[in-house]
Order: sequence, then structure tokens, then C-alpha cells
Amino acid sequence: MRILVIAEHDNKSLKSCSLPVVTAASELGGEIDMLIAGHNAADAAAQAAKISGVKRILHCDAPLYERGLAENLAQLVASLSADYSHILAPASFFGKNVTPRIAALLDRQQISDITAIHDAKSFTRPIYAGNAFETVEISETPVILTVRPTAFDATPEQAESAAITALPPAEDTDLSAFVSRALTKSDRPDLANAAIVISGGRGLGSGENFKDLLEPLADSLGAAIGASRAAVDAGYVPNDYQVGQTGKIVAPNLYIAVGISGAVQHLAGMKDSKIIVAINKDEDAPIFQIADYGLVGDLFQLLPELRAALDNSA
Amino acid sequence: MKILVPIKRVIDAYVTIRVKADQTGVENANVKMSVNPFCEIAVEEAIRLKEAGKATEVIVVSAGNAATQESLRAALAMGADRAILIETDQELQPLAIAKLLKAVAEKEQAGLVILGKQSIDGDHNQTGQMLAGLLGWGQATFASSLTLENDRATVTREIDGGLETLSLKLPAIITADLRLNEPRYASLPNIMKAKQKPLDRLNPDALGVDVTPRYKTLRVSEPPPRKPGVKVESAAALVEKLRGEAKII
Ligand SMILES: Cc1cc2nc3c(=O)[nH]c(=O)nc-3n(C[C@H](O)[C@H](O)[C@H](O)COP(=O)(O)OP(=O)(O)OC[C@H]3O[C@@H](n4cnc5c(N)ncnc54)[C@H](O)[C@@H]3O)c2cc1C
Ligand SMILES: Nc1ncnc2c1ncn2[C@@H]1O[C@H](COP(=O)(O)O)[C@@H](O)[C@H]1O
Repeated sequence: MRILVIAEHDNKSLKSCSLPVVTAASELGGEIDMLIAGHNAADAAAQAAKISGVKRILHCDAPLYERGLAENLAQLVASLSADYSHILAPASFFGKNVTPRIAALLDRQQISDITAIHDAKSFTRPIYAGNAFETVEISETPVILTVRPTAFDATPEQAESAAITALPPAEDTDLSAFVSRALTKSDRPDLANAAIVISGGRGLGSGENFKDLLEPLADSLGAAIGASRAAVDAGYVPNDYQVGQTGKIVAPNLYIAVGISGAVQHLAGMKDSKIIVAINKDEDAPIFQIADYGLVGDLFQLLPELRAALDNSA
Repeated sequence: MKILVPIKRVIDAYVTIRVKADQTGVENANVKMSVNPFCEIAVEEAIRLKEAGKATEVIVVSAGNAATQESLRAALAMGADRAILIETDQELQPLAIAKLLKAVAEKEQAGLVILGKQSIDGDHNQTGQMLAGLLGWGQATFASSLTLENDRATVTREIDGGLETLSLKLPAIITADLRLNEPRYASLPNIMKAKQKPLDRLNPDALGVDVTPRYKTLRVSEPPPRKPGVKVESAAALVEKLRGEAKII
């Protein structure tokens, strides 16, 4: 059995969500190849070569792969597929975009967002926004999977680097073209990997309150900032702060939900967090049903108190 | 240009989901069904393009059982021109649905297909990308804005960490994210009018598509329970718990 892992990277470095995918691949058992398709991506390839368990890096470097456009990347992976029993990618925005297209080119049914592997053909995945889990079995090969990064540990580094093999590019499909990218800049830890996440909801009331009340707390805790859809839709914070069924899936050691009611679609993105704290003035808010520690009260009073308490006991 | 909008009928987003005791699925008897929210957004976008003179016709299509026509009527009431029901009682997996949609897109010579990015029951997030692959068309998933100009679509899409803009050759596939638009409510007169709009029926055999499931569902289970939490009295008490008991900060 040989397994292909499609790496997510920005040409300079590997995205951390690629690491749990290697862990998932190791659970399948077999030799693991990792594909780095990019442009001037030698640094990302060198980094990938250091991931424990990766046997070989396939490095395909050409301008047409610079932005990870699905049409070209899917074409390339489909051309490599004959060698593999499984093809895996992270269930990130990147993986969700490209992997089903690969599956269709190969006439295969993808299994999305797996959270557990039972054997080489059976997998568990959340459905209904995580309100149920289905365990499925598939007998065709290659098996095409996207892996929920928070459900598997990150793979450690290995001392000896895997071999890097250069691959020629496939043809340019010329179906889509990259125009621009606008990334949110932040000095805080990345939402998807942060050990502590503090999220605000509609209860925050404004973008200024995010800045004045949540940011200082995030700074004292070294936390990333997240948000509910209501807070994003109201324009308090950018889109990519959204946690939930349609936003990011996070599972930090500590998740603090402030002024968030706890709709199932929000819970879908954070209920695997190790410790959940909820701060809400409504003692019947559903968020309290999954919170390890609940604090009932007005956030405008409680957040400054919380900050003071943190500073005092530091 | 014709725009095709595939929609799915799903258990309403605000229904509490319960797993059946025999683990064969979730309770779906007598629960409220709705058009998948992302599909409503796709329908809305198509109607707006037609209203702006960028499209000539909006066709909604859904594969499912006979009751699915109710969802198609809901889309017609929003303003779609006609509907196609691919009627079947079979379990349909995304690859099979994409194949059915490919047959319809070709038959109708659609210039653009707008889907929802994800169905909120299966949470697959596959069908649009698969359809794009099968048709050999360009794709822009998770769209938060869309403009059509000179045989190309310019699409801003939500990605990890921000937004990305792509330019696609038409025909193309777009999948709608939540922020693309706010779907309108159908007015009572439009609900009445929708009853007269054409709704054609097809089936997988007529389209020459084999929809045999590729994976088997072994069981459906409840999510692992979280152990019940406690209420704390004050911010200071919370910090003490986090440091002392949970040892997390
Ligand atoms: C298809 C679909 C997908 C969705 N995807 C997502 C998703 O990915 N992520 C997501 O978050 N949502 C998602 N939603 C939306 C979700 O259903 C909820 O509408 C949303 O999460 C509500 O956000 P909220 O909790 O901030 O707002 P609300 O539900 O309005 O809750 C605000 C809370 O703040 C509390 N509050 C107000 N003032 C104070 C105060 N002064 N002090 C303390 N507490 C206060 C209130 O008691 C209330 O509980 C989705 C919905 C649909 C239909
Ligand atoms: N049975 C169906 N009939 C028509 N369109 C569908 C069907 N199932 C899914 N789709 C479309 O594909 C999108 C993504 O669904 P999924 O891949 O299941 O997450 C949906 O938002 C619909 O636009």
C-alpha cells in the first residue's frame, strides 16, 4: 500500500494542518508520499521532508501551481493516482476545494472530513453539524479522504530527511486565473492552532468592544480571537474569524465563548475543545450545556474583572 | 445564458437532530424539511443575475423523492423560472448527484451552475467540485461575491485567513457561501404563481446515470457526550478554576 498526502503550503512553508494528515495516513499503514505542488516551493518541500513517517516528497514546481488552483492541481494528482491506495488532504478550505474534483476525475466517491480511521476502508465522520457521526465503509481504490486536522495529532519531525523527487508539471487547464488575495493580518496566534481561543458573539455589540474588551484579554492569555457568525455578519470582525459549521473548526485546550448563545452551527466548530468557558448574561443560553465553566452575567462588567483577576494571580 | 441551480431538501437547520436508537440514521419522521440554506443563497444569486440582465433563465433542479417537489416549488416562488425533479427513492451520494447534474447541465446547455457549498445534513462539501471536474469546467467554491463580464466570472471566495479573487472562463461552477447574499422571502402572490410554473420530472435511468452507492453506512451514532460543567460565581473564581483545577493557564 502506498498513500499520497497532498500538502497544504504557501510555497515558503508548510501549513500546520498538513501534519495531522500524515498522522492519519500512518494509521492506515503503508508508505507515505507527500505532494508539494507549488512554485518556488523548495523551502516547503524541504520542510515536508522532515515530517516523521514521510517516505518520499514529490515536488512539482511550476508557475501554474503557485496559487493552488483546483483545476490544475486536480489534473496533476489524477495523473499520479494509479500508484496509490489512498489519497488524503486536510479538510481545510484548500483541501475541500480540490479533493472532490480529484475524486470526480477518478470516478471515486470521496469521504469528507474524517475524524477516525477503523481500518483501510472504514472511517467515521461528523454529519448534521456534528450532531451525529456516521461510520462508513468503502471498497474502491484509491480511497479519497479529507481529514479533519483537529481530530489527529500533529506528526513530529524526523531526524533524517525524506528523499525529494522532482515531478514534471501536467498541462495547464487554463480554466481559471488568480486575480488577488486579501489576507487578514494579525500578530496573534493562528486561530486553527492556538492553544487558547477567545471568541465573541453578537453580545459584544460592536467591533470597538472586540478591540477594547476581547483583545486585551487575548493578549494576556496569548490567545487567538474567534467569533460567531452573528458577530462576523454584523461586521465586528473579518470573515475568517468565524468558528463553526461553515467557518473554522478549532479544538484548543481552552475555548472562551463570550456573548455567544451556542447555536448548533457554532458548537460544530468548537465543541471538541478541551475546556470550554462560557460567559453569558442569559443563564439558559445553550452554550452553558457544553461549558465546563459557566459565568452568568454582563460581559461588560465581567471581562474587565476577568482581566484584573488574570493580572492579579499571574 | 441559462443558469442552473441544484438544490437539496434537508432537515431544517433549526430542528434538533436525534439519532435513531437502532443506529441506522437520524429521526426524520414528521420533522420540518427546508431547502438547504446554502442552496437558497445560490437560487437568490441566480435570480439577481437574471434581474440584472445577465441571464435569461433560472432553472432549479433537485434529485430526491417525490416530496422534493415542495422544495422546488419554494425556489420557484423565490423567482426561478422552471424546475426539474430527478425523482428517485434511492440513497444518493455526491458523485451520483454530480453525474445526474452533469447530464442536466449538458441537456439544458447551462452557461453557469451555482450550487450551495455544502448540504447541512451530509456536510459533504463535494458536489459542486465534482460536477466541475466531470464537466471539465472551472470552479470557484465558497463564493462571497460574483460578477459576470465578457464571458468570464469574477468570484471572490472565502479561504483560510481571508479572501481570494479568481477569474473563470464560462461556463463555470460556483458554490455559494453564506455571505454571497441574503435570500429573499417569497411573497404570497409569488407562492401562488409558482404553482403554475413548469416542473419537469426525470429519473436517473432516463438520464443514463448509475446511482449505485459507493460507500455503505455501517452505523450512525451520537456524538460523544461532554461531562457536565459547573457555574462559577465570579471572574476571580473562574481564574482560580482554570489555574488550579483545569491547570490550563
Ligand atoms: C447553514 C447555517 C450555517 C451557520 N454556520 C455558522 C457558523 O459557522 N458559525 C456560527 O457561529 N454560526 C453559524 N450559523 C448561525 C447560527 O445559527 C447562529 O445564528 C449564530 O451562531 C448566533 O451567533 P451569536 O451566538 O453571536 O448570537 P445570538 O444567538 O444573538 O447570541 C448572543 C448572545 O449574547 C448574549 N449577550 C448579549 N448581551 C450580553 C451581555 N451584555 N453580556 C453577556 N451576554 C450577552 C445573549 O444572552 C445571547 O446568548 C449558521 C447558521 C446556518 C443556518
Ligand atoms: N440531491 C441533490 N439534488 C440537487 N442538488 C444537490 C443535491 N445534493 C446536493 N446538491 C447540491 O450540491 C451542494 C453541495 O452539497 P454536498 O456536496 O452534499 O455538501 C448543495 O448545496 C446543492 O446545491
